[in-house]
Amino acid sequence: MTELRNRGGGDRDAENISDKDTDGEDRFGLGGEGDRDSKPDTDTPEVQPSVDNTPKCLNKALAGMSSRWKNWWIRGILTLTMISGFFLIIYMGPLPLMLMVLAIQIKCFQEIITIGYRVYHSYELPWFRTLSWYFLLCVNYFFYGETVAENFGNLVQRDEPLQFLVRYHRFISFALYLSGFCMFVLSLVKKHYRLQFYMFAWTHVTLLIVVSQSHLVIQNLFEGLIWFIVPISTVICNDITAYICGFFFGRTPLIKLSPKKTWEGFIGGFFSTVVFGFIFAYLLAQYNYFVCPVEYSESNSFLINCEPSDLFVLQDYTLPSVLQTVLRWKTVKIYPFQIHSIALSTFASLIGPFGGFFASGFKRAFKIKDFADTIPGHGGIMDRFDCQYLVATFVHVYLTSFIRGPNPSKVLQQLLVLQPEQQLSIFNTLKSHLTETGMIPPAIRGP
Amino acid sequence: MTELRHRGPTEKDLLQQQQESESEVRTDGEAPSDSEIKPDPGVPPTVDDTPEVLSKALSGMSSRWKNWWVRGILTLAMISFFFIIIYLGPMVLMMIVSALRGQAKHNLKFRVSCFRDHHDSLPPILYHLPWFRTLSWYFLLCVNYFFYGETVTDYFSALVQREEPLRILSKYHRFISFTLYLTGFCMFVLSLVKKHYRLQFYMFGWTHVTLLIVVTQSHLIIHNLFEGMIWFIVPISCVICNDIMAYMFGFFFGRTPLIKLSPKKTWEGFIGGFFATVVFGLLLSYVMAGWRYFVCPVEFNNDSNRFEVDCEPSDLFQLQDYTLPSVLQSLIGWETVRIYPFQIHSVALSAFASLMGPFGGFFASGFKRAFKIKDFANTIPGHGGIMDRFDCQYLMATFVNVYIGSFIRGPNPSRVMQQLLALRLDQQLHIFNTLRAHLIEKGLLSAIEEAA
Repeated sequence: MTELRNRGGGDRDAENISDKDTDGEDRFGLGGEGDRDSKPDTDTPEVQPSVDNTPKCLNKALAGMSSRWKNWWIRGILTLTMISGFFLIIYMGPLPLMLMVLAIQIKCFQEIITIGYRVYHSYELPWFRTLSWYFLLCVNYFFYGETVAENFGNLVQRDEPLQFLVRYHRFISFALYLSGFCMFVLSLVKKHYRLQFYMFAWTHVTLLIVVSQSHLVIQNLFEGLIWFIVPISTVICNDITAYICGFFFGRTPLIKLSPKKTWEGFIGGFFSTVVFGFIFAYLLAQYNYFVCPVEYSESNSFLINCEPSDLFVLQDYTLPSVLQTVLRWKTVKIYPFQIHSIALSTFASLIGPFGGFFASGFKRAFKIKDFADTIPGHGGIMDRFDCQYLVATFVHVYLTSFIRGPNPSKVLQQLLVLQPEQQLSIFNTLKSHLTETGMIPPAIRGP
Repeated sequence: MTELRHRGPTEKDLLQQQQESESEVRTDGEAPSDSEIKPDPGVPPTVDDTPEVLSKALSGMSSRWKNWWVRGILTLAMISFFFIIIYLGPMVLMMIVSALRGQAKHNLKFRVSCFRDHHDSLPPILYHLPWFRTLSWYFLLCVNYFFYGETVTDYFSALVQREEPLRILSKYHRFISFTLYLTGFCMFVLSLVKKHYRLQFYMFGWTHVTLLIVVTQSHLIIHNLFEGMIWFIVPISCVICNDIMAYMFGFFFGRTPLIKLSPKKTWEGFIGGFFATVVFGLLLSYVMAGWRYFVCPVEFNNDSNRFEVDCEPSDLFQLQDYTLPSVLQSLIGWETVRIYPFQIHSVALSAFASLMGPFGGFFASGFKRAFKIKDFANTIPGHGGIMDRFDCQYLMATFVNVYIGSFIRGPNPSRVMQQLLALRLDQQLHIFNTLRAHLIEKGLLSAIEEAA
């Protein structure tokens, strides 16, 4: 949400300076697109008509106020709308959530690719749009296939064609990707080699950033809705509280890249986010709906029902003596998950802004004000999700390193595919292990 | 190996002209990079002297044949070197692959940056902002650390379990790798300088794409190697053979151009190369499948702390009788033929190498034309840089890996065991019971023994 600060007022100086300074870089042979970039709106298609109307209604309603407060109100109302929409979809269930993530991913991809087209004037080569979307499709097919194979084991076992697709999934995905690669090579046109290679690289980097992140988000979701909601909420909270703290107390600039950010906002946001995360985790950890892993049952629906794991069971913790004297409590009952939430909030507050700086730098590098114009007052979808880049990966890595073990059904699948001798040896090792730990009574077991 | 064809029968054929143009390109502000490229870890130092020695020896011949001989001799030198390394063993192979990867990335990056300096008359910004070199190498280090860590965890599990620090590194491996990458990312953001945003983002994107292409491929190669050296040697040999055969067929019979991108390629060369490579693949796999050294998976022996290549060859590498289809029966007059099943797979590998490998070459040609460079670097005289030699191998490694994963190999048993032991006890019990039922069904376990 860097634009929240950049466009508050008086940032036009920053924009002008960056325009002048980056003129020297035009000698890359990319031509003078400085003029054309100043009007990004005319080039982006598909702005939904309903979103366009809202500002007019709001404009009428807020006609009396000064422009600064009007801007603040528009952004505030849209923020609330988006947050309510988010909670509504959470209420509706995992499948709408997955679809929402997919929709956001596609829109982000489209926004970034459109910027690439504008920068490189590659509209005249229609293959590229086809190819970029084709690569998006391939990578999505690959990732969704892996997700289906892992989490929808029941469904897959039943259907014969699905089983075939799952068994040879990597091969099929690779073959699809190869076709795209060959189409690219065959589409190379004499005068536009460099442009085509730029777009190829641009597409791949975008896929790497956008699509892999969104799939990690979905993997987190399957672990339990709370692993999806809490990280995203802490990033949003960090944005908002850093803005508010900066607004009221901001004095020392934080980084040359975003002149509107301040150290006070940064630190204030950090503490507020940790507290928010702590409290929010406490609220959510009580409900099975959020805490249980998402499973796909035989009745063709998502099941979220389980015995909550130890993470989500209230436990007593003895406070360190310092806090004991301050709060006059000896022990406190909290969920272990809340301790993890501190780690998540810390990451969101400290590293999340780097994602925002990255996006700011990107926009300045290519002299655009926003990624697109989808949300009035906020810019494009990417503008809203720029701080989320690394958080999804972090949560996934955190989950696999510290929380979750391997997926039991996946391990079973792998076991059943092994050679019989290997299965036997694993069986024996497992038997001795389980007997040791006392899970199996050591009955008469001969050699 | 596209340059093999480009510089064969062309006007700029004279070896002296070639050397002159190379030195021209070298002195135009690229001397610093070339001096850095010279100390190659992977290429023996004597290669640089060879052209002069050869020139003297071949001074009598016409320039066309001289060029042919230089390239031929260097090709043979490289191939012999390749086989020596194979003989030395897997460990050395892995080190060579890493060195080549580092070199390839080095070449790629510097060539483009030097190109920019030369052709766009920009001040050599990249040399003023030393962060870029540091960052690129740092990212290379991070990605390598991640991949090698995964390999070590998979294949050296017993060694890892023994050493305490290794075990911690392995358990939290992904987290550590991610932290390292994040540090690089933050350094990048902090290093953004006002006037050079776009350049910096380009280099960031460039680094990542290069890492994606080069580093992942080389790790897949190493995975293939662990499966058995034959899965490493046969694909690479097929690609090399396809290059050479297509060149020869094109040289002798070439008439119809193949693709606008590489005007010297011909359909005759393409098709001739295809058939020649398939036959070559069949023969080479027949020869290699007889030796355990090539066929067995590479394992790390915990007791002797060395790599071991010793096993009972799997069914793929046992001679079997196949009934020929009646068409071939009447042709050759044999009813059955004894071949290794692996040879059938080798047909698939050769077919891929002949049909898709050239696309990697076209990709590299297009890349060189896009950025107006003749070669990726000047590392190997007569052949250009390391990347020039490996451009057709790009997709081959991935294909072999995917092929093995889909059709040949099951999951790695020790890895499955590790995952099993990491599960919760009740989950382990559940899997234990399922496995027991499955094994009893299959008759591997007698029901009486287990009914306790």
